Amino acid sequence: MLQTRLAPADSILPLTLTGAVAKVYGKTIAGPIDLQVTGHGTTIVLGPNGSGKTTLLRLMHGLQRVRKGSVTWALPDTQARLRQSYVFQSPIMMRRRVADSIAYPLILRGMPRKQARAKAIEWAQEFGLGAALDRPAPVLSGGEKQKLSLARALISGPDILFLDEPCANLDGRATREIETLLARAQAGGTRIVMSTHDMGQARRLASEVVFMLGGKVHETGPAQDFFNGPKTPQAVAFINGDIVE
Amino acid sequence: MKCWGFCRMNEITQGLYEAARLIFSLDSDLLEIVGLSLRVTLTAVVIASAIGLPLGAWLVINRFRFRRATIAVMNALMGLPPVVVGLLVYMLLSRSGPFGVLDLLFTPTAMIIAQVIIILPLIASISHQTIRDLWAEYHDLLISLGASRRQRIMALLWDGRRALLTAMLAGFGRGIGEVGAIMIVGGNIDHSTRVLTTAISLETGKGNFAFAMGLGFVLIGLAVAVNLLIHTLSRTERASVW
Repeated sequence: MLQTRLAPADSILPLTLTGAVAKVYGKTIAGPIDLQVTGHGTTIVLGPNGSGKTTLLRLMHGLQRVRKGSVTWALPDTQARLRQSYVFQSPIMMRRRVADSIAYPLILRGMPRKQARAKAIEWAQEFGLGAALDRPAPVLSGGEKQKLSLARALISGPDILFLDEPCANLDGRATREIETLLARAQAGGTRIVMSTHDMGQARRLASEVVFMLGGKVHETGPAQDFFNGPKTPQAVAFINGDIVE
Repeated sequence: MKCWGFCRMNEITQGLYEAARLIFSLDSDLLEIVGLSLRVTLTAVVIASAIGLPLGAWLVINRFRFRRATIAVMNALMGLPPVVVGLLVYMLLSRSGPFGVLDLLFTPTAMIIAQVIIILPLIASISHQTIRDLWAEYHDLLISLGASRRQRIMALLWDGRRALLTAMLAGFGRGIGEVGAIMIVGGNIDHSTRVLTTAISLETGKGNFAFAMGLGFVLIGLAVAVNLLIHTLSRTERASVW
């Protein structure tokens, strides 16, 4: 199995959000949020549409500006930035060949092009993209694009990986493949924080759950506790598949 | 004798014949003029691209106070009158001008300088528009991957290279067909600064319409050939969605 972590010793975790608020055009879209991500495992972010799942992930990753409060890592931001990755709901495909796309994060970090490409080929094969190495990334199928995104996100050995509904547009088989790859990444030492709508997937992968509602963390705790004994009526309704507003 | 407008048609036909004769006889004067035209314009395109492409990308990814105004001015400069550019460069390079000591007036270098000034806003502006679309697509990814500003610009230029070729070809098209500025700063000196457009202007002035027309067809052929060559070498229209 490919080692996903490069330097497990000095982790950028814990990630701490203290009263973090995100605003768009002056309007608060999420927050204030207090949350800490530590240790190992998979945190699943759940919640209905518009509850702030994506905003929470973007806040943590630094794609969304923190307007109030703070988001801090154990290491300085410049170091933390290079040791975290993000997989988008709609995969962003660079106009490059598959191998070159996977190699790109390594090249950004200063690895010689030839060496980066050799490593990318190894990763592509491991992720089931061996037959598509020289194909342009934008022409891959939906499942292949998401696998490429995952390989590109993991090749640099991030301490933490954020995923925004990575299986939202995939069929069962592709979803299973992605879940297998995620399980391997987690076993390799990468902390995973992922949003999903799929309750089955949440039950399969989660070691911890963050339940979002109205832009705030409504309930959080170990997955077992959340699924077996949710504390709030909204969480109960959500788990039962009822409409939560 | 009244020719009912057919005299001009005859001159166009004669022009085609002249163009064929000049090309197939490998006329040495023509080759020299074509060589200089290509040298001046291609050099100007290379220099303007080296400045304009990164400038276009830089304007896309950076936010600063007068950004909108800068882009608006750059777009407006696309329509810069070549004669005005020629006059400006003439004044700068003339003996009494600030760069007169360089003794560049009436040399191909002066023509290249004038063409760079004319082409640069065009290349920068088109590349800015092209890269803006790509940046909208890549923004989150490049920020997420921790790419530095320089790395972002390089990624946008590399991945947008086929679209950016259009900007370069537009610059080439404007440069190769330009006459006003290079006439002023080059002087249309035989065996020194005469290029296709200035030669056409001269022959038209002398009343040699057929010969001027012949040179005109050579100029058009040259522009098409360079475009085809660049498209073929860069394999545009072949690589799927790229």
